[in-house]
Amino acid sequence: MQKKIGKLPFKGTEEQKNRLDAVIAENKHDKSRLMAVMQQAQDIYGYLPVEVQEMIAEGMDVPMEKVYGVATFYAQFSLSPKGDTDISVCLGTACYVKGSGDIFDKLSEILGIGAEECTPDGKFSLTACRCIGACGLAPVLTVNGEVYGRLTANDVPAVLAQHGFEK
Amino acid sequence: MKTVAELNAARAKALKTVVLRKAEEVLDKTVKSDYKRNVLVCGGTGCTSSHSDRLVDKLNEEIKANGLEKDVQVIMTGCFGLCALGPIMIVYPEGCFYSMVEEKNIARIVKEHFVEGNPVTELLYDETVADDGSIKSLDETDFYKKQVRVSLRNCGVIDPMNINEYIARDGYQALAKCLTEYTPDDVIKVVTDSGLRGRGGGGFPTGRKWALTAPNKAPQKYVVCNADEGDPGAFMDRSVLEGDPHCLIEAMAIAGYAIGASMGYVYVRAEYPIAVNRLDNAIKAARETGLLGKNIFGTGFDFDMEIRLGAGAFVCGEETALMTSIEGNRGEPRPRPPYPAVKGLYGCPTVENNVETFSNIPQIILKGAEWFASMGTEKSKGTKVFALGGKIKHTGLVEIPMGTTLRDIIYEIGGGVPNGKQFKAAQTGGPSGGCIPARLIDTEVDYDNLVSIGCMMGSGGLIVMDEDTCMVDMAKFFLEFTVDESCGKCTPCRVGTKRLLEMLDKITKGEGTLEDIDRMEELCNYIKANSLCGLGQTAPNPVLSTLKFFRDEYVAHVVDKKCPAGVCKDLLSFTIDKDKCIGCGKCAKNCPVEAISKTDYVAPGHKLPSYEIDTAKCVKCGVCMSNCKFNAVSKG
Amino acid sequence: MEMLNVKVNGIAVSVPKGSTILEAARVAGVEIPTLCYMKEKNEIGACRICVVEATGARGLVTACVYPVTEGMEISTNTAKVREARKTTLELILSTHDKKCLSCSRSTNCELQKLCRDYGVDENAFEGFKPKYEIDDSAPHLVRDNNKCILCRRCVAVCQEQYVSVIGANDRGIDTNIGSPFNAKLNDVPCISCGQCTVVCPTGALVEKDDTDKVWAALADPTKHVVVQTAPAIRATLGECFDMPIGTNVEGKMVAALRRLGFDKVFDTDFGADLTIVEEANELVERVKNNGTLPMITSCSPGWIKFAEYYYPEMLGHLSSCKSPQQMTGAVIKTYYAEKMGIDPKDIVVVSVMPCTAKKFEIGRADESAAGVPDVDVAITTRELGRMIDRAGIKFANLPDEQFDSPLGEGTGAAVIFGATGGVMEAALRTANDWLTGKSNDNIVFEEVRGTMGLKEASYDLAGLKVKVAVASGAAAAKTVMDRIKSGKADWTFVEIMGCPGGCVNGGGQPIQPQYVRDTVDLKAERAKALYAQDEATVLRKSHENPAVKKIYEEYYTDGFGGHKAHHDLHTSYVARKKYN
Repeated sequence: MQKKIGKLPFKGTEEQKNRLDAVIAENKHDKSRLMAVMQQAQDIYGYLPVEVQEMIAEGMDVPMEKVYGVATFYAQFSLSPKGDTDISVCLGTACYVKGSGDIFDKLSEILGIGAEECTPDGKFSLTACRCIGACGLAPVLTVNGEVYGRLTANDVPAVLAQHGFEK
Repeated sequence: MKTVAELNAARAKALKTVVLRKAEEVLDKTVKSDYKRNVLVCGGTGCTSSHSDRLVDKLNEEIKANGLEKDVQVIMTGCFGLCALGPIMIVYPEGCFYSMVEEKNIARIVKEHFVEGNPVTELLYDETVADDGSIKSLDETDFYKKQVRVSLRNCGVIDPMNINEYIARDGYQALAKCLTEYTPDDVIKVVTDSGLRGRGGGGFPTGRKWALTAPNKAPQKYVVCNADEGDPGAFMDRSVLEGDPHCLIEAMAIAGYAIGASMGYVYVRAEYPIAVNRLDNAIKAARETGLLGKNIFGTGFDFDMEIRLGAGAFVCGEETALMTSIEGNRGEPRPRPPYPAVKGLYGCPTVENNVETFSNIPQIILKGAEWFASMGTEKSKGTKVFALGGKIKHTGLVEIPMGTTLRDIIYEIGGGVPNGKQFKAAQTGGPSGGCIPARLIDTEVDYDNLVSIGCMMGSGGLIVMDEDTCMVDMAKFFLEFTVDESCGKCTPCRVGTKRLLEMLDKITKGEGTLEDIDRMEELCNYIKANSLCGLGQTAPNPVLSTLKFFRDEYVAHVVDKKCPAGVCKDLLSFTIDKDKCIGCGKCAKNCPVEAISKTDYVAPGHKLPSYEIDTAKCVKCGVCMSNCKFNAVSKG
Repeated sequence: MEMLNVKVNGIAVSVPKGSTILEAARVAGVEIPTLCYMKEKNEIGACRICVVEATGARGLVTACVYPVTEGMEISTNTAKVREARKTTLELILSTHDKKCLSCSRSTNCELQKLCRDYGVDENAFEGFKPKYEIDDSAPHLVRDNNKCILCRRCVAVCQEQYVSVIGANDRGIDTNIGSPFNAKLNDVPCISCGQCTVVCPTGALVEKDDTDKVWAALADPTKHVVVQTAPAIRATLGECFDMPIGTNVEGKMVAALRRLGFDKVFDTDFGADLTIVEEANELVERVKNNGTLPMITSCSPGWIKFAEYYYPEMLGHLSSCKSPQQMTGAVIKTYYAEKMGIDPKDIVVVSVMPCTAKKFEIGRADESAAGVPDVDVAITTRELGRMIDRAGIKFANLPDEQFDSPLGEGTGAAVIFGATGGVMEAALRTANDWLTGKSNDNIVFEEVRGTMGLKEASYDLAGLKVKVAVASGAAAAKTVMDRIKSGKADWTFVEIMGCPGGCVNGGGQPIQPQYVRDTVDLKAERAKALYAQDEATVLRKSHENPAVKKIYEEYYTDGFGGHKAHHDLHTSYVARKKYN
């Protein structure tokens, strides 16, 4: 699947731009640090919209297509914003054999969004991720980085409710 | 730290903080410990996920409350390996092993165990408490006793954030020995003689790799550590990074000395924040201590290193793709030759090894090639770390001598298959590997035996599958992974694996033909022979190996339109045994699609009419089956 | 040089150490098929079509990148090899839009030829195939990713041009060649050079076909349809009809155009000569008045667009002269229209150009001397070739004919405009005569000839020391601009062409399969035809062109760079933003 490009308008602030400029200034002498700059840019903005990629391309003095090519190659980079609550389901082997696929389907069904998508109100986003290494707790998902383990699909509504989901 | 003497002095001093901890043979037991007790809390990713950090805070709080600060030292270590039992903590000198510890238990442990001296047996891992109430240490459990820890020797033993604890356990002694006693060629000879082979995939002899790089003249050479552990379910590299980061630094510096490189890069998955943080901390500490940087130990040898973060691309585990990625590009592999030994990172001669490979180096230097070569099999020396996962009781990390049988790994160490299910097969090597069927359970696991049965060691992921696993579905799962992770550069992998997946999909839907199976096999062989890099060349392995050992399952999907394991939804049908059904209606109530309805039939001995499933409406979710307490619902 | 002895299909050859299997095979006269490979430009081993068997190597190896070793025995045509190549082709076809019948690349598609050679089953594999929207947003070319085989040759040339507006995006089966955020080509800083269309092995990148507009004009009785042909066309059009590379077909070309029904067949050479006198005058003015130096030529619309996007702050260096195409068009719609008594609105100027950027240039602002566009339709050499085919004209059998008057006259100086260094040499010839005040016989300026990306020379013209530079290809242009920017350049005059080698290697030129491009220096071979014509021509200096002289006598009576000439023959540039 091609990487999803978010359609919500860019809401970058001056403060974010200053932070990115500082990151670029620190790294621009070494073009091989492009990915590191992109990773930090994503930390700052939450995703890499066209406006941010253009700043990076200009700042690092590389073609924008190169930035975009890198952004769409690596799973970690996102072109669409994450929701306030980002749910990431591990589909690594250990979790998969213990039913994480069902958990993902359930989330998708309830939230009405697919992988790499954000609900229209910007509140929830859903990601399918690779092994996060918590295989002992399989199947797991993370909500804004916090791990929930040993789940079943039936636990999904409760997890969502815990994070303020209302049907 | 400018001299070896200073290093030795630092070791003598630091020894007092670690001497209580067992699990090590060489420590000088005459040294008196600074503390009465050492409490080691696992700070690996698994246990951190279950908030082991809060346990440390709580412990310190309680220890303070009981005035034990001078008696009890609390350390957060790397992974112990028994992730399924997390969060874990061990108390020395007894070696008491508390598993699945909860915050609320802490006060009690501190009071009863630390103050009163009576371990809280009911909170200990049950296997460590004998029927007579006597306590075994962790090393005596089934999970640990067959393990031999070389790569993981410091994991779960030392504080990875404290360079002195590493130094206490002979840290940086190997580097000192290399720089002061060995020529670069001597180092390469020791590594070569040890028989160490690359732990990340194909098992290329490490010494030979170094020897091929060393003679290439270039103004700059590099040592690269592949810590882009991508096999789903494998996490031994992460454990080393989290539990023993200095070991990697020391090993890379040794490699730098051996091949004439002054710069190293560690390429780590960004999904490993704890590992990155600890490695970063360790690099800074080593730099401050003078163990990295210019003129190490006053020998004139310079070495420094930098961390580069991956961003989620499995293919970057392939050595040329990894280098392309370090250079800031899409991580697409490059054709070989030229090999990295000649033209690697930034076009310079480069040695690339993975974390586990490097983690063996300091011990090989200190204990000698013969010691290492005495473990393992004829062509696979030393130990190997496996990540046990899937349908096995003890999921986690184990390090065992090469040549241990699969049976020992699964049953003795792993505790067998849970819920009384039958062991069916084990998958090794992740998406590049294959499966070992139950009938080959006595295979001695080493590089060559695995290859001979169409498997691959890979990085050491070992996924156990039971009777409920459909091998066609499993092959499909791995192929979905490679299709997803294919970089898209070469035709066979980009298009070929996709077509292969589509054929598998057809089969799992019951739409395949016997000819499809043959065509699939041909396509597998084509992809193996024609792909640009290791990812593509090994992508068909899960299909080929399941075809080899479980062809009958494929045939069942195609001819009988049945999934023998009852996994492939399109081939499943759920039925209610009308004579077993008591008519409670729980299945119908819970059916998400209202596919279950009441019949007119009342079974003899029952009062209510039984239910039946409308197969046209049924979505095969299995909710009815899990809700039926009378085993009246069956699938097939 | 250390040589290695190898055998290719049993044929023994000796090749330099470091040679690839493909190179050794070419020495042995054995052709190995390739798709992604471009010598020294795209050696990525991606398509896997060139697999062979070789001793000492495990399994199949890719000939394009695999180095030979001493004693290696290579087999390029075994059953295993053929089977592998066939499967590769079948897999490629499973994602390829197989509309071959209507594809403009049919019969010179490298994929099509291989499929025919290997007897593939075009439906051997079926399954998911990404669907892409066709991008026809740009005036110069059409991108149809449904036909793309991901060889990345376009990416390599785009990168070589320092433009990199297209590259590989996404990964796996979804990998696609495109621009950031799937932007259309018209919305990215593409310089329209069209080099990608020349290297594309299939029909994924083709020039925008404007021949229908030409057919329509020709069929319209109310229109006076005039055609002009660029200097470089005569050196390449023959390739469309399988003639040897470097054949000069000027006479047949004129004959063909007349048979197609054009009312007048003019030569852009006239505009080239006009450019030289206007440009030389502009240069003298700049030198005299401390204007911006070095002055840089403005004949190449690809180069102009490059400057506008990538060096917007340096546009003052560009000569304000229109390109020869636009000058010729302007003169047709003003001077010629007046002379013939035709309303410029009823004149359709068609230009045949070696260039895709010319399609962009005709739509630029400030290119309408008579209030209507100077040029109405610009077609490439390839499109003209197709028109001739469609008209049923047997090109090879045509007689040689002459251009029409009054704008069919050009000098030898104009002909060499088609090769890198040609404009500079033409300018030097005129400048030397003007500065010395006499007609000089030494008219060959060897230092500015040749296909190197960047050439520099200094001359003493009647005591005036002049340093010049000649760049072709946007990469060389970048070098020049960066040097000027850094203040380290002391050139007076610089010629820049957007395409490597100049117009003979333009993006609109006939497509040669990659194995020809790997083994023949197209730039040099095609340029030879132009230099030969220059040598055979009596008038070899632009200012001696009688038609040029006449137009200043009759029309631009206030002289070079005079008010009227300035209005008709000069233009302006705009700073462009890369992404909007």
